[in-house]
Amino acid sequence: MASPGAIAERPKLAVWKFASCDGCQLTLLNCEDELLTVASEIEIAYFPEATRAMVAGPYDLSLVEGSITTPGDAERILEVREASRRLVTIGACATAGGIQALRNFADAEQFRSAVYAHPEYIETLAESTAIAAHVPVDFELQGCPIDKGQLLAVLTAFLHDRRPPIPDYSVCVECKRRGTVCVMVAHGTPCLGPVTHAGCGALCPAYGRGCYGCFGPQDTPNAAALAGRLAFLGMPGRDVQRVFATFNAAAPAFLAETQRLQEAERQQEQTGRGVTG
Amino acid sequence: MSGDGDGAGEQSRTLHVAMLARVEGEASMRVLVEAGQVTDVELRIFEPPRFFEALLRGRAYTEPPDITARICGICPVAYQMSACQAIEDACGVTVPEPLQHLRRLLYCGEWIESHALHIYLLHAPDFLGYESAIELARDRRDVVERGLALKKAGNAIMSTIGGRAVHPVNVRVGGFYRLPTAEELNGLRATLTRALRDALATVELVAGFEFPDLEHDFTYLSLRPAAGYPIEAGQVVTSSGLAFGAAEFDAHVSEEHVAHSHALHARLDGAGPYLVGPLARYSLNSAALTPLAAEAAAAAGLGPVCRNPFRSIIVRAVEVTCACEEALRIIGEWEGASAPSVPVEPRAGTGYGVTEAPRGLLYHRYQLAADGTITGARIVPPTSQNQIGIEHDLRSFVQARLDLPTDELTRQCEQAIRNYDPCISCATHFLDLTVEHREPGSRAHRQPGSGAHP
Repeated sequence: MASPGAIAERPKLAVWKFASCDGCQLTLLNCEDELLTVASEIEIAYFPEATRAMVAGPYDLSLVEGSITTPGDAERILEVREASRRLVTIGACATAGGIQALRNFADAEQFRSAVYAHPEYIETLAESTAIAAHVPVDFELQGCPIDKGQLLAVLTAFLHDRRPPIPDYSVCVECKRRGTVCVMVAHGTPCLGPVTHAGCGALCPAYGRGCYGCFGPQDTPNAAALAGRLAFLGMPGRDVQRVFATFNAAAPAFLAETQRLQEAERQQEQTGRGVTG
Repeated sequence: MSGDGDGAGEQSRTLHVAMLARVEGEASMRVLVEAGQVTDVELRIFEPPRFFEALLRGRAYTEPPDITARICGICPVAYQMSACQAIEDACGVTVPEPLQHLRRLLYCGEWIESHALHIYLLHAPDFLGYESAIELARDRRDVVERGLALKKAGNAIMSTIGGRAVHPVNVRVGGFYRLPTAEELNGLRATLTRALRDALATVELVAGFEFPDLEHDFTYLSLRPAAGYPIEAGQVVTSSGLAFGAAEFDAHVSEEHVAHSHALHARLDGAGPYLVGPLARYSLNSAALTPLAAEAAAAAGLGPVCRNPFRSIIVRAVEVTCACEEALRIIGEWEGASAPSVPVEPRAGTGYGVTEAPRGLLYHRYQLAADGTITGARIVPPTSQNQIGIEHDLRSFVQARLDLPTDELTRQCEQAIRNYDPCISCATHFLDLTVEHREPGSRAHRQPGSGAHP
């Protein structure tokens, strides 16, 4: 960056939006102390939420927010990949389909007519899917929303062509490091910390609340063991199913657990009917 | 691209913006001009629908604050507050006053953050002739830094009370998971004192911008509390003289699903289109402003009612001032609470919630089964209520400026849309402006714009 010609050769950043709440790209604008420095190191070439100026691709790095839910977006993501040297997904929607992936468990037609008087005006796919289901992804940054420190670490790593220093252990590690008393052990509060990806800084337990899994699954989650523990703590079966089926419902490890629990419930119902009938 | 002066096409002009930037969400604008008259304006919202009302069915009554926050990353607290209010209403619970004050404080944080984002990063570049705040920072770094500091102050409240700036974790039906300590609250004082100074400087800055003469006569709708400026509570009032509670919102406001938009269009009975947001709030409650905010509004020449949508940027700055004063007052008067939350037992019934999101009134309604399972949900966000009003504004705005070159007309239309700070994630991101010129009996001339897609 020191050479006089460096400005012209700044790497080009693009920020793309698919189905999402804008919260993850807002996280970039929430880097209030770093934003102007970031903008001097990299060229913000395409970021419609922040600028009217639009620089044509190709882009050195694309940040992609949101999940694929329409036929048009399934096409657009191919163009985005084509135009991007590196592509990083930001947040639970882009990485795991987001809360809107709850439609994957339901009849999309019913969903559409529950909200809109003229469902025929709405063009939508039956499922909300992660970006990686459509194109190769160089890195997935988890979180609903993503953490701003992690976002800056990812930007820095990609600009220097090294792996992002994002640990994939559980929230429990951060919780211990923060010195928070375990809410599950000490108070019997149901907590998804053991199966959830670190990154938030173990926020919920610090607020006296169990983790609700908004960062999605950690690297090696044992969701079935945790589900057993939640039931042991007195959580009703339907609620145990719901905790895995919320902000990262379609993340493979959480999805598998939801399906296992649903299957177990079905079998129990059948057995129950058999006994009483 | 404009005024294709090739004889035959003299009256046929197509204006197309491939992207309306600096709004939150994906939408486009289509303007139809026939024989020199603007005959139709459509704000098309094609942000993919996410079906929140449907996915809430079957969930627990404790979940809407976390789930509906995900509708919008810019105003999650608004969703959390309207959701809590509605569920508590359904369960017959009123939270104690200290917890209501804490909710107002958290909400002040969101107002400051969201308004500072809009004023400095999204809207001011229009008035000052820049493409973005980053470009503006090259010439006026002090201005942009002030905006970022103000925004950060709002986020500091959100992080202290809510745990984080986007999708706070500390809000629950019945109150909070944990109360802030006196130390944490006092820690905000210095930041907010500086923010108040920055807010006053912001009013002064934006009051000096140039504003086109444009006044609309829409009905305004906002909350009005028994005392103070409307944020987290109040009765619904309109400039046409209506006053009603949250439970009567459905009876007064109908939503219509039109072909060109994924946001439902709202209409007020008897009065047709209406507007919510800073202009409405201010005009219906300017007498209730905090002292410094009132003084700043007067000095900026706002008057008790504001009907020029371009001046909404001044109103937002006044509201930031008000939110800073309110936040400081709440912190100064804080004497603690006996518990972070009150128990909320589920029961069968329907509950209603209305609060003032930064962009305007946000309505939630939930139907609960006896065990607290949600059987129905309705959410009316501010942008869908404003959509018809934005279209009307654009119609008269474009009509008066048809002689402008296309690029300039487009730029000004974008600015006019940004007056409303449309949040297309709530209702929008991608605005695509097309003006069609038609001669009677001739075929439409449309020209796709140079897309910003790769």
